[in-house]
Amino acid sequence: MQSMALFLPRPSLDALIQALRACGYERVLGAVARDGAITLQALGSASDLPVGVRDRQEPGHYRLERGEGERCFAWANGPQALKPLTFAPRETLWRCERDAEGRLVFQDAGERSVPTAVIGVRACDLAALKIQERHFLKAPYPDPRYADRRESLFLVAVHCSHPASTCFCASTGDGPRAESGFDLALSELDDGFVVTAGTERGAAVVERLELDRASPEQKAEADAEIDAAAQRQVRALPSRNLREGLYARLEHPHWDQVGRRCLSCGNCTAVCPTCFCHAEQDEPVLDGSHTDHLRQWDSCFTAVHSYMGHFLVREETRLRYRQWLTHKLASWHDQYGRSGCVGCGRCIAWCPVGIDITAEVAALLEPADA
Amino acid sequence: MPDPDRPVEVEVVDRVEETPTIYTLHLRFTDPGVAASYRSRPGQFNMLYLYGVGEVPISIVSDPDFDGPVEHTIRSVGRVTRGMERLQVGDRLGLRGPYGRGWPLEDAEDRDVVIVTGGLGCAPVVSMIRYVLQRRERFGRLTILQGVKHTDDLIWRRQYESWQRLPNTQVLLAADVGGPNWPYSVGKVTVLFDRAGIDPERSIVMLCGPEIMMKASIERLLALNVPAESLWLSIERNMQCGVGHCGHCQVGPYFVCQDGPVFHYPALRSWLGVTGF
Amino acid sequence: MATPRLTVTDALDRLNERPQARPRIAVHKFSSCDGCQLAFINAGEALLQLAELVDIVHFAEAGPMDPEAAVDLAFVEGSISTPEEAERIQTVRANTRFLVSIGACATSGGLQALRNFNADGAAGWTEAVYAQPEFIHSLDTATPVAEHVKVDLELWGCPVNARQVFQALRQLLFGVAPVVDRDKLCVECKRQQHVCVLVAKGEPCMGPVTHTGCGALCPAFGRDCYACFGPAENPNTAALARRFEGLGLLPEAVARRFHLINSHAPAFRTEWLDWQERT
Ligand SMILES: Cc1cc2nc3c(=O)[nH]c(=O)nc-3n(C[C@H](O)[C@H](O)[C@H](O)COP(=O)(O)OP(=O)(O)OC[C@H]3O[C@@H](n4cnc5c(N)ncnc54)[C@H](O)[C@@H]3O)c2cc1C
Ligand code: SF4
Ligand code: SF4
Ligand code: SF4
Ligand code: SF4
Ligand code: FES
Repeated sequence: MQSMALFLPRPSLDALIQALRACGYERVLGAVARDGAITLQALGSASDLPVGVRDRQEPGHYRLERGEGERCFAWANGPQALKPLTFAPRETLWRCERDAEGRLVFQDAGERSVPTAVIGVRACDLAALKIQERHFLKAPYPDPRYADRRESLFLVAVHCSHPASTCFCASTGDGPRAESGFDLALSELDDGFVVTAGTERGAAVVERLELDRASPEQKAEADAEIDAAAQRQVRALPSRNLREGLYARLEHPHWDQVGRRCLSCGNCTAVCPTCFCHAEQDEPVLDGSHTDHLRQWDSCFTAVHSYMGHFLVREETRLRYRQWLTHKLASWHDQYGRSGCVGCGRCIAWCPVGIDITAEVAALLEPADA
Repeated sequence: MPDPDRPVEVEVVDRVEETPTIYTLHLRFTDPGVAASYRSRPGQFNMLYLYGVGEVPISIVSDPDFDGPVEHTIRSVGRVTRGMERLQVGDRLGLRGPYGRGWPLEDAEDRDVVIVTGGLGCAPVVSMIRYVLQRRERFGRLTILQGVKHTDDLIWRRQYESWQRLPNTQVLLAADVGGPNWPYSVGKVTVLFDRAGIDPERSIVMLCGPEIMMKASIERLLALNVPAESLWLSIERNMQCGVGHCGHCQVGPYFVCQDGPVFHYPALRSWLGVTGF
Repeated sequence: MATPRLTVTDALDRLNERPQARPRIAVHKFSSCDGCQLAFINAGEALLQLAELVDIVHFAEAGPMDPEAAVDLAFVEGSISTPEEAERIQTVRANTRFLVSIGACATSGGLQALRNFNADGAAGWTEAVYAQPEFIHSLDTATPVAEHVKVDLELWGCPVNARQVFQALRQLLFGVAPVVDRDKLCVECKRQQHVCVLVAKGEPCMGPVTHTGCGALCPAFGRDCYACFGPAENPNTAALARRFEGLGLLPEAVARRFHLINSHAPAFRTEWLDWQERT
């Protein structure tokens, strides 16, 4: 559904937070500047939002800066957004107890989500959420933990008006406008927000606020800001489907070249909102009476990811980097019918050595005689 | 929504020592309800869980229509499998499964079945061999070609010898290094193809073992005019979940735990033997 | 550097030879600060539980003294820095079925291994530091236990993490090889969702080449990792060092990042030497 556009005056932002609480969202998370980055934290009130904060992102570089004005969503995304909320970095899957006779009893770990509203979700992250849903909820073995946490989320998107130099969502078709997947979507203007509801429950929340309709000028200004944001993006992928081109270059010498620069540290996969790899592990208590079976984020940049006992499928860094890049941009198409990249640019900014996926793709696809 | 990650309890009801490092466990579900609904196909695997230690993917070797315990033949190689080696009758384990795609049973009916295995990668095909032998009339000639590193590696020797005596069944063995009591061929498994008298039209070939061996065997088979469409192979990758979530088992576009472990060769062709996938 | 295999093998069979008996354990100290033994001593309840599961026959710091006792499992803290230690470690090895070296000193030589790089040997330093140097009998080098005897399991860290030690112990009591996670610290840092200090503050964080295990303590406090857990598997020290230079560190400062607690570990030693030459 796409509802009529309303206008939320800036001073009423707190009322939105209150309305979310009143609708049963025990946790209201929002963008908060902490430890030098935009992070998702529990919001007390709208004043916790990063008022006047801007970001500067370059390969391997991220800084927050003071800016002008009252705007509190004038930044591009920080290191994480929704992924840790739905795909937990570390969680207990189940617990097993062993009694004196050696019988095993497997129990649910009993972790339950709380209804959570998130304010300030970007288009790229909504697209990534949809991709991860497809992965974790696919038949025949949907993951009930993922489903539970996903269902607990109420998503307030904010269309992006301030892309970073690392962003390229316009070229992947995933932003800067949030097209779907949200309950409410906001466009930030100087004096307030143009609000649309994406779901019935979204509409129910704004109904409580008794807002006026947005004026045609307000809507036009909001649209213009989003269009300008798309225009301002300096990075791009050459196509939404690079599958053929990359499959044809599995033995390209450039993999060696990037393999020498890459630390195989896994930061790119950890910040990537679509990466889903994880490892499992038992953690028994010392007396051996019970044990927790955990799963935690893993990465194709680790050795264990391809560990086969007598050998590693991917010993060398170039092979690990190739797995990452070809999975994201090529084999993802085979698996889920689209690329695994939503153009958020996180892997570029948060790579300690500033390896840039768009630049690596350009180098790989460059004609051999160029 | 059922939890695909949580095992159920099984009890070891029999344990057979095949060699000093290979053992077979016969496992009974302690919950009769689970036992009644459990159905597997040859080539599928279970995730076996050793208490407090971890889970490993292990092929199912027992017959799918057999109501008794589930059988697994396991080689001790590392943490979990060495720990499992010390289990005794009465001990408990966790089990999840069956997972993955098994051998193409319907395709194989009325055809000659050629099994090619090397190294110790034979557990996935043993279930197929047993399946054919239990339903002999539904299949043509059964040919088993097995390559081993050393003559004493052949864990199934007794079984192979008994299979060899069956009608319409041919067993050919080759060891990299021969020995005084080795009555079979010496060399790679590929030396056996010329002697096997494979009918390229009638045969369906199922391979399992080290990927270099399978690749070399496939080249020989294609040279003998066996169509690529008649070739199937089972492969292994690191597996954490078995249910398509953890991402460890990927080979190019595939999740081995779901799209495999048994693959149709034409689907896997461009990925087989490419270092890093 | 070849990727270390993640399993221990034959020694486990020896450990499993007496499955019914209560395992006998010793904790030995060599050249070290005793900080790693504190992983046991500070474990409180866990230590009491441990005492019910095993017989602790030698652990000088905690009471029991029987250094020559034959045991199933010996933990060794400290580097080999004196002639006496070089002999004693042989006895420890001969008397145990399974040997675990714990902490940076035992696994890489530790902080004191900095003296290994002194071209004139340790004698000059000894004279400068001690009033009566004639009483000091030390080797020119401080070296890891594995350079002297076969080590079945190494637990790195300065100091080791108690959770890591007790998990390893639990797995050994189950008769299986412990999981040795040699991933980079970044992997854990990101699981904990710390904001990266290298990217967001320009700090020369060693996380991308450092063995995980501490729980990403320094980044949790907004500080750069200084590699107290030693090198991770497949560490690209050269690329990280170049990055540090890009952050504005002089070659000497880059070199020093690799020349601290685990200076003797091959991956760090090579990188230090490389940047030392450029100063
Ligand atoms: C589909 C499938 C079927 C298999 N069937 C059998 C069988 O019938 N009999 C048998 O003996 N073995 C089989 N294997 C191999 C068996 O899973 C490994 O030997 C086992 O995982 C090793 O675990 P470990 O903890 O003892 O070894 P370690 O070397 O300590 O390995 C540690 C962990 O790495 C992973 N791992 C290591 N090697 C492998 C591997 N080869 N495959 C997958 N994961 C691995 C596992 O998660 C394992 O727990 C099969 C593997 C797959 C993928
Ligand atoms: S690959 Fe990089 S840019 Fe694309 S979605 Fe992942 S982190 Fe974002
Ligand atoms: S294989 Fe690598 S790129 Fe693909 S989802 Fe896993 S971590 Fe991400
Ligand atoms: S590309 Fe960058 S973030 Fe990713 S593993 Fe390599 S160095 Fe780390
Ligand atoms: S703070 Fe250090 S350890 Fe953490 S991700 Fe950044 S470089 Fe890695
Ligand atoms: S084993 Fe986890 S995805 Fe295949």
